[in-house]
Formats: sequence, structure tokens, C-alpha cells
Amino acid sequence: MNNLLEAHSVSKNFGDFTALNKVSISVPKGSIFGLLGPNGAGKTTLIRIINQITMPDEGQVILDGESLKPHHVRDIGYLPEERGLYKSMKVGEQAMYLARLKGLSKAEARTRLKFWFERLEIGDWWDKKIQELSKGMAQKIQFVVTVLHEPKLLIFDEPFSGFDPINANLIKDEIIRLRNEGATVIFSTHRMESVEELCDQIALIHESNKILDGKLTDIKKQFKTNTFEIGIRTSDNIILEKELSQKFSISPASFKTLGDELMLNVKLSEKDVPNDLLSYLTSKGEVSHFVELIPSANDIFIQSVKNN
Amino acid sequence: MNHLSLIIEREYLTKVKNKSFIVMTILSPIIMIALIAVVAYLSQINNNKERTISILDESGILKSSFTDTESIKYKILENSSLEEAKKKVDENKEYGLLHIENFKDINKLGEHIKFYSEDSPSLTLMSSLESKLEKQLTDLKLEFEGVDIEKIKAARVRVNIAQESFIGEKTSKIDSVVKLIFGGLAGYLLFMFIIIYGNMIMRSVIEEKTSRIIEIIISSVKPIQLMLGKIIGTSLAGITQFVIWIILGGLLMTLVSFIFGIDFAQSQSAQQEVLNQAMQNPDVNMEIQNVMNAFYNLPITNLIIAFILFFIGGYLLYSSLYAAIGAAVDNETDTQQFLLPILMPLILAVYIGIFTVIEDPHGTVSTVFSFIPLTSPVVMLMRIPFGVPIWQQILSLSLLVATFIFTVWFAAKIYRVGILMYGKKPSYKELLKWIRY
Repeated sequence: MNNLLEAHSVSKNFGDFTALNKVSISVPKGSIFGLLGPNGAGKTTLIRIINQITMPDEGQVILDGESLKPHHVRDIGYLPEERGLYKSMKVGEQAMYLARLKGLSKAEARTRLKFWFERLEIGDWWDKKIQELSKGMAQKIQFVVTVLHEPKLLIFDEPFSGFDPINANLIKDEIIRLRNEGATVIFSTHRMESVEELCDQIALIHESNKILDGKLTDIKKQFKTNTFEIGIRTSDNIILEKELSQKFSISPASFKTLGDELMLNVKLSEKDVPNDLLSYLTSKGEVSHFVELIPSANDIFIQSVKNN
Repeated sequence: MNHLSLIIEREYLTKVKNKSFIVMTILSPIIMIALIAVVAYLSQINNNKERTISILDESGILKSSFTDTESIKYKILENSSLEEAKKKVDENKEYGLLHIENFKDINKLGEHIKFYSEDSPSLTLMSSLESKLEKQLTDLKLEFEGVDIEKIKAARVRVNIAQESFIGEKTSKIDSVVKLIFGGLAGYLLFMFIIIYGNMIMRSVIEEKTSRIIEIIISSVKPIQLMLGKIIGTSLAGITQFVIWIILGGLLMTLVSFIFGIDFAQSQSAQQEVLNQAMQNPDVNMEIQNVMNAFYNLPITNLIIAFILFFIGGYLLYSSLYAAIGAAVDNETDTQQFLLPILMPLILAVYIGIFTVIEDPHGTVSTVFSFIPLTSPVVMLMRIPFGVPIWQQILSLSLLVATFIFTVWFAAKIYRVGILMYGKKPSYKELLKWIRY
């Protein structure tokens, strides 16, 4: 079994509104899976269905080879986007309560909490009330509570919102560490730079439909336009530009240089080979810059959403 | 089930450990007792104040009907004009002046009696004066007509209808009063309990929504478990508070009356007088005996069992609705529109209990409303002391349980959807839609 979680054409309607339309995803074991999409696309509905908070109208969700059952809540750790804690309860009591709701025994919950509180250097918060803590501090506690019962599947919905860069990094490292220790992570966010950094796989949901999914590298290959950014010094830049424009489609580019290079984006057709371009260029002058343009997750996101 | 007990435990502990809950629990009986003590004390002072009333009796035939009491002294004025008398009364700061003009005709005399005072006199005082004068004048008139008063007095017959049910149980009017008090108390207790702790449940649901913890919780437990846990936990906290109130109140009451010698019964003396008059039973010992008998005559076992069952059923019915309201809205100010339809039947039940059950505990109105689930807990609890056939109780209870199951299901539906809805206040139409989600 390679996939920890599989959703098979899951649909959900709220009255006349379709929140999800036959969406299927597969999350490989041990991967970090990015669930992307604009606001209101249906990401949260899908996550809630996986958490058995909402029931799907159609379709099936399979976790670790088994159709979702109530006992599976123990195998999932969920950090919702809209999250908070009981304001007037003490940090320790509250964490204990939430841990025990996930099925941990009292003693077990206490030992694990102590461990995590030490690890994130928040041990002295145990007897504080949530209302005395800052938003970021409370987020740390929510993170601990999410991962405490060592679930197979971790679902983070916008996990970095409310964190300063230092703590965001801390949490990011923890997420990677948890994945390395065997957990599978579903990660929903708008912040494409963290997708780029963390995700192995992504699925893009737009207006209730899945419009894209797969390995991030595969998708990038699929989206690349065979365009190269070049910089070259010749005796006469204008002649070269003219020559290039007859063979390829070109557009001006800009990057940091030291001198007066000719800077261009050169789009190759499918039968062109990059090496031919390079050798052609070296015959014309001194090549200072030759880079394939790889589409960023951000570009892919915007392009896919616009095209749909 | 393990989750449910965890939720109940948390709900109970956070409620009980809450500062304002502790303060309310301790302070409420103290304030109540202090208030009652002050009222009792004040009415004692009020009654003890001696009032002087001057009487200017120009006819000379009514003087003898006034005898001083503990609180009222009568002063008979002789040979002064009305103006002089008024002046004198005012100067002496007396309570008032009763002026009786001289007429040969007794009817006319009766019509020309006036009371002068600085402020308008108290109602009880006026009626006591009136009854005294009426009696004296009636006697005088009877005498004038040549009727022997002694004979009339001797001819008066006392009637006290003994009551007995078909199966031979002796009842009395006191019985009815005791039953009424018992039933009223039970119904009112339920009413108060629902309002206080129903609101508490609602607030705690709203709190979970506004603090945004709800989604974290329901990724571990089923919404219906959370809702039931909330209702049960809050109810247990409520019962704890009630028990402490009763114990503390009782203790304080004894303590205060012991130390300050305030008779709490004093504050109710007026009602008691009315009660005594209604029963025409001057023998106090006899009265106590009757009350005790009435108490033993109550269907105690039935009452206790029915109280527990109807109390639980009624409370759960209403509190699940409160929980649903809490889930449907974002903040307390939005609850009004939904609270009204819940409070209406509740208030209706109490009014029906008070007005129709007293009048006729087994009449059509009280019987019908003791079957309608939203009003039945209160109305039935008020009826039961008067003896309700077991089949009626069972039928009413089954209806209540069926409705209760329905409302819990309904509330759970609303709750399940509502707790994840933020933003705009839903309309009734939208609530109905949620059920299908």
C-alpha cells in the first residue's frame, strides 16, 4: 500500500451550493502533500470530510487501506485554520484534555506534553491561562496538541499564520522532522514559497473541482515552456538579437549583470535542443548567463486558476 | 463513552472552578437571606410603630366600639369643633382623625363618616376601621328594629364541609393548599432551573465558537457527544449550585433568626391571615395537625419519582434547544430572536400551572397542557400532588421522551452545522436547510 490516504470522487453539496465535485486525491505514505486552491475552493470541506467532521454526499475516503471509521480520529492530527483554545483554561489542563480526547491515557499525555513543552521551550507556560498568552504562543500549543498523539496523518491548514519568521521556521523544521519519522502530512496553504520548500506532491482545487495534481517536479516539467534566460556579450548586440528573433520567439529579460550583455528570454520550440542554442551562442560571443526558466509553484497556481 | 465522561468532567470542573460561579454560589443565598431579613425586620418595625387615631364622635354612640391594640391607640375627643380637632391632631403629629357626624338615621350616619390625615391612610387600617364601624352600626340598627342580638348570635350555625374521596381518603382545604404549594414549588423549580442553566449551556456553546476551539474538539469527538456532555456537565454543576444554595440558605436562615430574633414568618403574616380566614379554623394546633396530615396524604412516592423523571425530561428537552441556539449564532446579542419561541411555552406553562391548576387541577385546559411536551413538565408537576392517574403520567412522560429524543436529534443537526458557521446570523429558513446538510 503506497498511499496512506485516498479520496475517491468525493462530492459534497450544501443546499444548492456544490462545495466539492467528484474530487479524488491520493496521498503517498511519508510525503508532504500540498492541498492548494483559492479561497472558497473547497479545501476546508475536503479536510473536514477526511476528519469525519462533515460526511460526504458521495464518494469514499480510504485511510491506510480501510474505509474511514470513527476510530480513525486517533490516527489523524488536525490543525484547523480557524483555531483557538479555551480562553479561561490553564495551558496544561487544556492540553491534557485535548490529548485525552484523542485517546491518550492521563499519564501518557502528561509525559508526552512535558517532552514537547521542553522541546519547544514553553515548559513554564503550564499554569498560565490562554488569555495571558500571545497569539503566536497559543499557536505553538495548538501545534503540540495536534502532533501529540503521534498520528499517521497530520493535516495542517495554514499552519504558519500568526507565527513570526523564527517560530515559523521552528514549526517548519518540526513538520519535516515528523515526516522523516514516518508521518504523512497534508498541508493546505496560500503561501507558495512554503509549498515550494516543503511539498513533494500537490493537488490544486478550484471552484469545487480538482484541476491539477501530481508530483511537484512532474507538474513543473509539465508547465515548463522550454524558455531559457540568456546573457551574452558580443561586438554587436543588435545584429545577434535580430538573428535570434528569426529563429526563436524572444522577449527582453532582466537580471543582475556586471556589464552590457544582451539579456533575453529565448523560447525554444519542441524540436529544438538547448545544447544547440548554447553552442550557437558561444560561437557568437561570450556567454555569461544561461538558465532554464522553471515555473514556480506560484506561476503554476495562477496560470491554472486563470485557465479554468 | 469515554469521551463523553471526559467532556462532562471538563464542563463540570470549569463551571465549578469559575470565579463568578463560586461567588454567585456563596453570595446569592447570603443576599437573599439578607434581603428577606431586612424586609422582615422592616415590616416588624412598621407593625410595631404605635399610631394614634383621634375620634370625634358627635353622635356619641360609636365611641365604645374602639379598643386600643398594640399598634393603634384611639383617643376620644370630647366637646371640640372639627376645626379644633384637626388642628390638634396635626400638632400632636397623630396619624389621623375620624369624624363621625350626628344623624338620627343610622344609614345616614354611616354615610357621613370621614377620616382626615396628612397622608393617605393605609388600606388595611381603613378596612379594619370600616369593619368595626359596620359591625357596631349593624348591631345598633338591629337593636333599634327591636331584634335581640343575643338570639341572632345564638342562631348562627357553623358549617365545615368534610371532604372525602370515593375511596375513603379524607381531604381538607388545607390539603389543597399544601398540594398547591408542593406542585407550584416543583414546577417553579424546573422553570428556574431551565432558564438559569439553559442559558449557561448556550453561553458555553457560543464561547467554544468564538474562541474557535470547536473545530479542534470535533475532530476528536462527535458533535452530539460534545453537546450531550455539555448539557450533562452543566446540569451537574447546576445541581451542585442548587444543593449548596439550599443548605447554605437553610443554615443562614436559622442562624439569622436565632441571632437577631427575626421571625421570618412575620413577613408573610398578611397572607397567613387571609389563609386563616379562608379556612375559618382558629385552632392553631389543629391547623398544624392538618398540614401534617395533608403532607402525609400526598402521593409522596409518586411525587418524587414523577418529579425526577419530568424534571430530567423537561430540562433535557429545553437545554438541547438552548444548545442548538448557541450553535446557530455567533454572539449572545443574536440569541434574542431564537430565545423567544422557547421562552413562550415555558412561561405559558407556568401561567397555566398557576391559574388553571388551582382552579381545577383536572379540568380540560390543565389536562391538555399536561400532555403537550413543551409545557407538560411544569404543568404535570403542578398537577401530580392532586392525584393524576398513572396512565396519564406515563402517556405524558412517553410523549415528553419522544419529543426529547426528537429535539436532541434536531438540535444535534443544527449544532453539527452551526458550530462551523461563522459570520452572519442565520434565519429560520436557513436553520431548516441545515438539517438536510
